[in-house]
Amino acid sequence: MKLTGAQILIECLKKEGVDLIFGFPGGAVIDIYDELMKSSIRHVLVRHEQAAVHAADAYARVTGKVGVVLVTSGPGATNTVTGIASAYGDSIPVVVMTGQVPTKLIGNDAFQEVDIVGITRPCTKHNYLVKSVKDVAQTVKEAFHLARSGRPGPVLMDLPKDVMVDRTEFKYPEVIKMRTYNPTYGAHVGQIEKAGKLIVQSSRPVLYAGGGIISSNAAEELTELATLAQIPTTATLMGLGGFPGTHPLWMGMLGMHGTYCSNMAVANCDLLIAVGARFDDRVTGKLDAFASHAKIIHIDIDPTSISKNVRVDVPIVADCKNALGKLVTFLKGEKGINWKEKHEEWLAQVRDWDKKHPLSYKEEKGVIKPQYVVEKLYELTKGKAIITTEVGQNQMWAAQFYKFAEPRSLMTSGGLGVMGYGFPAAIGAQLAAPDRIVIDIAGDGSIQMNIQEMATAMEQRLPVKIAILNNQYLGMVRQWQELFYGKRYAATSLATAPDFVKLAEAYGAVGLRATKPEEVVPVIKKALKTPNLVIMEFVIAHEEKVYPMVPAGKATTEMLLV
Amino acid sequence: MKHTFSVMVENKPGVLSRVAGLFSGRGFNIESLCVAETLDPELSLMTLVTRGDEQIIEQINKQLNKLINVLKVVDVSEGDFVEREMVLVKVKAEGNTRAEVLRMADIFRGKIVDVSPREYTVELTGDENKIKAVLELLRPLGIKEVARTGTIAMPRSKKTP
Repeated sequence: MKLTGAQILIECLKKEGVDLIFGFPGGAVIDIYDELMKSSIRHVLVRHEQAAVHAADAYARVTGKVGVVLVTSGPGATNTVTGIASAYGDSIPVVVMTGQVPTKLIGNDAFQEVDIVGITRPCTKHNYLVKSVKDVAQTVKEAFHLARSGRPGPVLMDLPKDVMVDRTEFKYPEVIKMRTYNPTYGAHVGQIEKAGKLIVQSSRPVLYAGGGIISSNAAEELTELATLAQIPTTATLMGLGGFPGTHPLWMGMLGMHGTYCSNMAVANCDLLIAVGARFDDRVTGKLDAFASHAKIIHIDIDPTSISKNVRVDVPIVADCKNALGKLVTFLKGEKGINWKEKHEEWLAQVRDWDKKHPLSYKEEKGVIKPQYVVEKLYELTKGKAIITTEVGQNQMWAAQFYKFAEPRSLMTSGGLGVMGYGFPAAIGAQLAAPDRIVIDIAGDGSIQMNIQEMATAMEQRLPVKIAILNNQYLGMVRQWQELFYGKRYAATSLATAPDFVKLAEAYGAVGLRATKPEEVVPVIKKALKTPNLVIMEFVIAHEEKVYPMVPAGKATTEMLLV
Repeated sequence: MKHTFSVMVENKPGVLSRVAGLFSGRGFNIESLCVAETLDPELSLMTLVTRGDEQIIEQINKQLNKLINVLKVVDVSEGDFVEREMVLVKVKAEGNTRAEVLRMADIFRGKIVDVSPREYTVELTGDENKIKAVLELLRPLGIKEVARTGTIAMPRSKKTP
């Protein structure tokens, strides 16, 4: 029996295990929506296409599956670009389907036509313009395969309207083989041996974990390696949750707003073991001074990440889980090493750094400190919530003061740094984990970048909690202006803002406000008890800064402290 | 350092733009680029000449490999290789320079492929140095137009069995 392109598309999505699509309809995708409506796949109508991609991104992070988006041509497609670029920056598996004008009109400057394949070429792992109904099934198969395998990432399929209406025999390709794409999963045994020997020889090792730990489900192996060989461990923003935030070997995040302890340890170590991390500029600061006394082992599934920014002594191209597992096995074979004794002096030094400058902030009478709010959120959710963040100070305070216990519990736009990510991400996360508490830690600036999604959350009856740390500024930029631009606050005041409590009520949600420190806990408690969408507004110290801070381009040891 | 890459790619629409976009997006240089179908019509071979330090060349190699449509990347300049480029040069050929152009073409084993009362069009092939030398010698005679193919290259076969 011959099926239409739209029918084939929906059948393929079902075969790929898709149960939820985030989207927004339009002329070019009416045929697809018509079929989608008849299927068992749930559709979540967002209020702006950017939010669809962020929601799908978070859905993918929580479930480990591929997030799926469906939007129309032209503006529908261009609105997804920020979401796609964010997923690309964080290596999150998302498949975005965009409508396109009929093939005959492509290149004609038709109504709602845009070359979205051209536009998204540099921010997708791969993308496709499907020109014939005969190619639909194969393309869907490839798109999902590419999105979830190797270093995951977003894949876009552009679907012209006539291709969705044309008919052909439907045959789903059960196996996939792409001769030009074959990622390396298994770590090379010789390289593992070299790495293992370096660990045995080192006296001041540090483990530096990135988002690869989360995407390859390697948290267990990472903890095992650290515990076995008694290696103090730090992580990037993307790696948080990959190592228990309360573990005695945990040093906290590293980099520009990392802990004193982590940055000092990296600067003084003699061996840096980077796992699923990519030596981002926010992590390394001034490159020459980063781990300058250390040999470097780098495990990553993407060869381009290795030796991109720093020279690496032992490169291991592999899946993190596979490589760490093999490394643990190798080290277990090295008998007669008392790791505790071997690293005793080093661990004492690390603890000393931690004691000297732990993460802290100054309390002020009658003023709510944002760090205090995050601490209380942590305590009152017992560290079990899924936290999403916006971008800026809110993101860094969340990363510093919420001790993430397990992987897939922090959703944040780490690479691209998208203000407006957190709320739609919270929607995606809540749909993926209906029984968990999901909190978007937001700023008063970034929450307004996708505030329209209040309607989506209400429509889907999602009890997402939004915690707005309201300092009436674009706080992170204001912090830079205060520290490096002579306190000239160009365009960073947000004194004109909506009444967030009334705003919540306008959407039918619950609005709560705390203006004094003693109101913080009751507001959080009330929000957690409310089975609805809640906005908690915390009116915080206006000029609070994120510390430690490494000024851009400086060595990570040159931290400004509290 | 100059490097010559041989890049086997799928013969599909948009592949050239992915390669070109990779270079422009990451700030790498392309000195020349040649693309044509191979014996297998599903594949095309690109010869790409670029410049960069060791780290940049390593990144170029890896980033090319990372493109989904790329099958194989060889840095042919890592070993012995043969390179050739073809140029068509339209040179002024009037009065006594008419014979001089012919002599030059002859010395460099070029061919005259088009003749008019005032101009000759010479076809020449060779490696980068030869092409450079010819063009420099023809320049004083009056070059009207030059079209170059860009370099193509191939590793030399092993000389010992």
